[in-house]
Parts: sequence; structure tokens; C-alpha cells
Amino acid sequence: MSSERNNEKGLVGEVLDESHLVSLADLCRSCTVETQTVTTLVAEGILDPTGGDVEHWLFTIGSLRRVKTVIHLQRDLGVNLAGAALALDLLDRIAELERSFL
Amino acid sequence: MDYKDYYKTLGVERTATKDEIKRAYRKLARKYHPDVSKEKDAEAKFKDLGEAYEVLKDPEKRIAYDQLGSNWNSQQGFRPPPDWGTGFEFSGAPPGAGGQDDFSDFFESLFGQTRRPGGGNRGFHMQGEDHHAKIRVDIEDSFHGVSRSIALQMPEVTADGHVTSRTRTLKVSIPKGVRQGQQIRLSGQGAKGKGSGKAGDLYLEIEFNPHRFYRLEGADVYLELPVAPWEAALGASVKVPTPLGAIDLKIPANSKAGKKLRLKGRGLPAKLPGDLYVVLQIVLPPADDDKSREIYKRMQQEMAFDPRASMEVA
Repeated sequence: MSSERNNEKGLVGEVLDESHLVSLADLCRSCTVETQTVTTLVAEGILDPTGGDVEHWLFTIGSLRRVKTVIHLQRDLGVNLAGAALALDLLDRIAELERSFL
Repeated sequence: MDYKDYYKTLGVERTATKDEIKRAYRKLARKYHPDVSKEKDAEAKFKDLGEAYEVLKDPEKRIAYDQLGSNWNSQQGFRPPPDWGTGFEFSGAPPGAGGQDDFSDFFESLFGQTRRPGGGNRGFHMQGEDHHAKIRVDIEDSFHGVSRSIALQMPEVTADGHVTSRTRTLKVSIPKGVRQGQQIRLSGQGAKGKGSGKAGDLYLEIEFNPHRFYRLEGADVYLELPVAPWEAALGASVKVPTPLGAIDLKIPANSKAGKKLRLKGRGLPAKLPGDLYVVLQIVLPPADDDKSREIYKRMQQEMAFDPRASMEVA
């Protein structure tokens, strides 16, 4: 099912904001990771799902990028999970500072 | 094809030890990692680093590479010697196994034969991976909506198992009212599916370019407005830029520096639009000639004004 149509203005997609939530299965599929990886990220405090127990976990749309960034940092820079988590938090802070000062 | 000086890429001597090479790579990889770096061309540089490290970290590949000699220059072009590769068996993980794919033609011509033949996933159906990218827009774009062409590097596995990257240009419509951090999902624009699996989606995260004078906070737009002391003191009507065009703004008399004037509904458009905040910034006229100095002196003499009154140091 394709949600966009192609018109002269280009592809029209669906705008998702932080209120858009995805399930554990969606997150795993989107980032091609195992459930185990996600539970590890949750345990490390990198992801903060709502919804209670694992089967009902819901993640914000920003989680998709967080998962991918962590995987890239681990793979490319050899940092461990805690290091990747720290880098993520610092990146978020830098982005926030840049938005308020630029 | 150009010869690639992998030692130069990593900034090490040809005599560098394995540890020195690793150290140099790690250091540069942190600097240019596309998820971290703000450097220009970070992605291309990171790719070059990965390729250089792929060769120099592997003793066999490094010896083979060293045998090419170092006296190639980019003008003369590069062609691997006819006896290239004989006597070497490049073991180790094939490139692409670690997610580092699409290396240069130079690399391909030397080590390309180590690639694993494809087809391992025959008869296997799976939806393609979703891709994520950022798309930079201007504040004005959110007021009007805009269409943007973006170039994306898409890794692709060819029929014979090679991983290459293809530049895809997509024209995307950015709707009115987008905000920082929102994502546009384009279904079916991610990686191709395996077997009969459908393609993944492409997520574009909205990021605003810094603006000369507007700043965003959620849906609200902030504008620092320079005003003259007499405009702030006596009140005035001044022309103010807004993303939808200049307006006349009334500055109330006795306004202090930092005073916020709210223009309701003039922030980012939405069902519940944001507001535009004009923050007054009082700019002092320079006292750089006799006449202006004279005016300041008269103010000094005639106005009983102590800006530090609340500090009780008088």
C-alpha cells in the first residue's frame, strides 16, 4: 500500500511527529534488528518505550534513528553500548544548543 | 582510474605499525562519522577512511598494496600490474560484511575478487530495510510548503553479489507546517525487498537551516528586533520582517530590552498555529562625533538615571 502520490510537486509522504508510535515489531523490521537488540537498548536507557510490558511496548518515531545511530557507532567506531548511549545524548544536546543559538 | 594513497588518507607514514594505523583510523573515523560529524563531505571522507583501513589493517592486503609502490600520481592514472594478486590469497571478511560497502574502483580492481558471490538469500522473502535521512529546509518553506530534490546514496546488491551505491534523486513535497524533528514517511522508497517482499520505507527527518534572524522553538518563531533607545522609550511603529512578509509593529512606550511582543498565530502554520515573538533588543547609537557625544552628555546631566540602582552599591 503506497501512501503517496506522485505529482508535479514531488512525492507526497505522510508527516509523522513525536505522537506517532511504533510497536516493537515495527521497530525491529524498520531497523532490521532482533528483538534482543531492542531490549538491550531499552535496558541501557537508550530507548524509552511506553505501553508497559514488552508485548505492548510503543516507541516514538525518533527511536528509529536512535537505533540506527547506535548500530552505526558500534559497528564503525568500536564503541560499546554505554559509549554509544553517551554519544547519542551528547549529539542530542549539541543539536538542541545549535537550535537555540543559531 | 586514480591511484589511492591509503597512507595519506589515514595520515600515517608508510612505516606505521598496526597500532598506529588503528589509532589513526579510529581518530579520523570519530571525526568524520556521518552520524556524528558536522564536517563537510563527512560521508565521502568516512567512506575513504573505511576503504584505506580495510586494506591497511589486513597484513596480506597491506603487503600487496605496498608492492604497487608509492610513485603513482593522480595524473598518470592507475592500472593494476599484470601479475597483480598472484601469490596472495585475500582472506578475511569480504568488504561489505561489516556494513562498509561501496569502495572505489581502485579498491575493486585490486581486491574486488574477494567479494562473496551473491544469491545466499534465494527463495527468501523479506520486506526491504527502511532508510533514514535528514532533509534540510528553510523556515520559510514551512510557511509556504515547498518541493525539494534530494540526492540519496542507496546501497544496492547487484545480481553477482557486489555491493555498490547508486545515487537516487527524489523530488519530495514538503508540506506546509512541518516542524523540527517531524519525519516524512515515503512508503516503498526504502531498500528493495528480498524475494517477493515489498520495499522498505524512506523516512526523512525535517531539520531547519539556521536563519539569519528567525529562530524556532516548536511552532513558535522568535525574532530579535533591534530598536533605537528612543523607539523603546517613547514608543514607535516600526516595520518588522515576518516569514509571511513585513508588517507594522507598534512598540509600546517604556519598553525594556528583552521585552517580548507576541503576535498570535503568526508562527508556523497548523490547525493551532504557533506564535511569532518579537524580542526587543535596544541598540545604542555610537558616540563617535561631537554632536552625539553632546547629546549623551546632556542626558547624563539632565536625567537622574542609575542603571545599577538595584545593586545597592551607590
